[in-house]
Amino acid sequence: MELLLAVVVGGLYACGLYLMLRRSLVKLLLGLVLLGHAANLLIFSAGGVVRGEAPLVAPGEITPPPGAADPLPQALILTAIVIGFAVVSFAAVLARRVFEVTGTDDPAAMENGS
Amino acid sequence: MTTGWTVLLPLLAPLAAAAAGLLAWRAPRIQAAVGIVGAGVQLATGLVLLRQVLREGVLAVQLGSWPAPFGITFAADLLGAVMVVVTGVIGLAVTVYSLADIDPGRRAFAYFPLVQVLLAGVAGAFLTGDIFNLYVCFEVLLMASFVLLALGGERAQMAGALTYVTLNLVSSALFLAGVGLTYGITRSLNMAELHLRLSLIAESRPELVLALAGVFFVAFGIKAAVFPLYTWLPASYHTPPVAVSALLAGLLTKVGVYALIRVLTLVFPPLPGAGSFLLAVASLTMVFGVLGAVAMFETRRILSFHIVSQIGYMVMGLALVGSDSPAVRTAGLAAAVLYIVHHIIVKANLFLVSGIAARLGGSFQLSKVGGLATAAPWLALLFLIPAGSLAGVPPLSGFWAKLAVVRAGLAGAAWWTVAAALGAGLLTVLSMVKIWTEAFWKPAPDTATPPPPPSRWRLALLAAPSVGLAALTVAIGLYPRPLYELSRRAAEQLLAPSSYVAAVGVATANDSAGRGGEGEP
Repeated sequence: MELLLAVVVGGLYACGLYLMLRRSLVKLLLGLVLLGHAANLLIFSAGGVVRGEAPLVAPGEITPPPGAADPLPQALILTAIVIGFAVVSFAAVLARRVFEVTGTDDPAAMENGS
Repeated sequence: MTTGWTVLLPLLAPLAAAAAGLLAWRAPRIQAAVGIVGAGVQLATGLVLLRQVLREGVLAVQLGSWPAPFGITFAADLLGAVMVVVTGVIGLAVTVYSLADIDPGRRAFAYFPLVQVLLAGVAGAFLTGDIFNLYVCFEVLLMASFVLLALGGERAQMAGALTYVTLNLVSSALFLAGVGLTYGITRSLNMAELHLRLSLIAESRPELVLALAGVFFVAFGIKAAVFPLYTWLPASYHTPPVAVSALLAGLLTKVGVYALIRVLTLVFPPLPGAGSFLLAVASLTMVFGVLGAVAMFETRRILSFHIVSQIGYMVMGLALVGSDSPAVRTAGLAAAVLYIVHHIIVKANLFLVSGIAARLGGSFQLSKVGGLATAAPWLALLFLIPAGSLAGVPPLSGFWAKLAVVRAGLAGAAWWTVAAALGAGLLTVLSMVKIWTEAFWKPAPDTATPPPPPSRWRLALLAAPSVGLAALTVAIGLYPRPLYELSRRAAEQLLAPSSYVAAVGVATANDSAGRGGEGEP
């Protein structure tokens, strides 16, 4: 399972970087999305992929029972997803504005034109 | 030790001001007033915090009353407190300047609350004791800076903002990946606890720790704009209004440098080869940055390239932490801290002054302006102070900062980097002289079309923050001792992380009760 996840993470990074290197705003945006997903999945797999019990703390205890799954990577990913959502929405609006203002979706042409 | 809620105040003040400002969406005047109050309170609480840290040592607070590795840790050591104070100074100066500089169109889209969000993010980054929260604070300040950079939607701004947003998002994705890997390896995100665990892991798996440090170096290196990761900076910093440029130029790259210092001194144990690697990066950053500046003929572009070259001096100070001698380590790090403080004040001021010069002269293009020395002698003086300081002219703050870096470099036998620093210093003089002769000294070209001069009141608002920052530069230059002592104490604290770890109060790595398994994933 971890090997599969590692391959998927690597594939996501590769696709994301490839898309970002194309000369197109939309592909740039999609590349950013894939990079974010890759990072999230990386946290998930680095946190350890195990079948554990739900990490619920019994009454009177202060720690979850031994063998419980670690909830922290999921909390991190959840936060990262929320942040990623905000950032990608902003980037999408920016890309649209860039296209409207410059009339092109090729970042290289933009540099020369300004 | 869960005293010291003062730690949170410099973060909460601008955040509250931003929220209050957003409530008054239709009233930019109120937003501006609230913004000034927010920045002022941040500065005041920063000073209170610094005083308390000086007196009591590292302060830490755990949110949610959970003990150390579980609670959300905020901690202030001397470095963090000093950086917060400087943030407050720049925040206040830029907000006042913005009153006269920012057009109504930008104000209507919550310009002032956005500045407050940025200040909150910066202060949060300086004060957090948790590496994931460092990521969150980075995102907060980045998001605000994205909007500030793109607000207004001019054509040049769009191209600049696109580069800036893309590269910073790549850097954030890398940082996030680094955080995930760190958690996978150590089962912790608390910086104090990471300090303990990573030094244990470094004994058995040094290559793992080195690779992890590499991920963080690239992520923070992009944000700090070191060679060869700096290209986004000169492509974007000259496009927004001057007030925004000054804010970004003063604070943001230095947050990256701060993160490098924090991670390399507190989180990671001493890494083999890191010192010489950083020295090489520092030399190349200084030289390439300054060469870029020499080639430019637009004031803000010249200043942007100088940010890059100046980052090199700070990294050089940090690189000396790899030295064998404790005296060199302290001197290097103290020089880096001193340099950061000096640089933030001077660089923000240079941008502010360049904005006034462009308002009076009509353009940022050096070929299109001239004669400002006779038209506005006071402005010439106002430019000479930060420009001389940046170039390292005694007795201004830059002289002492450069002297400290170079002396530490000589003591650490980093000959090539010292040579690069001195060479870059000379070229810095050259490009400051270029701005001086072109904009101030030479007669105004016939093609120059100076715009109608701004009203007296507006000019006073523009000049006041600049005068204040220039006064600080001169004060540091004339009395460098207190600030240098402060930097040295901050450096000593950074090099002996046990006080930080003790203040945060994490258990030693051996008895990690209640946490998942230790060691490798």
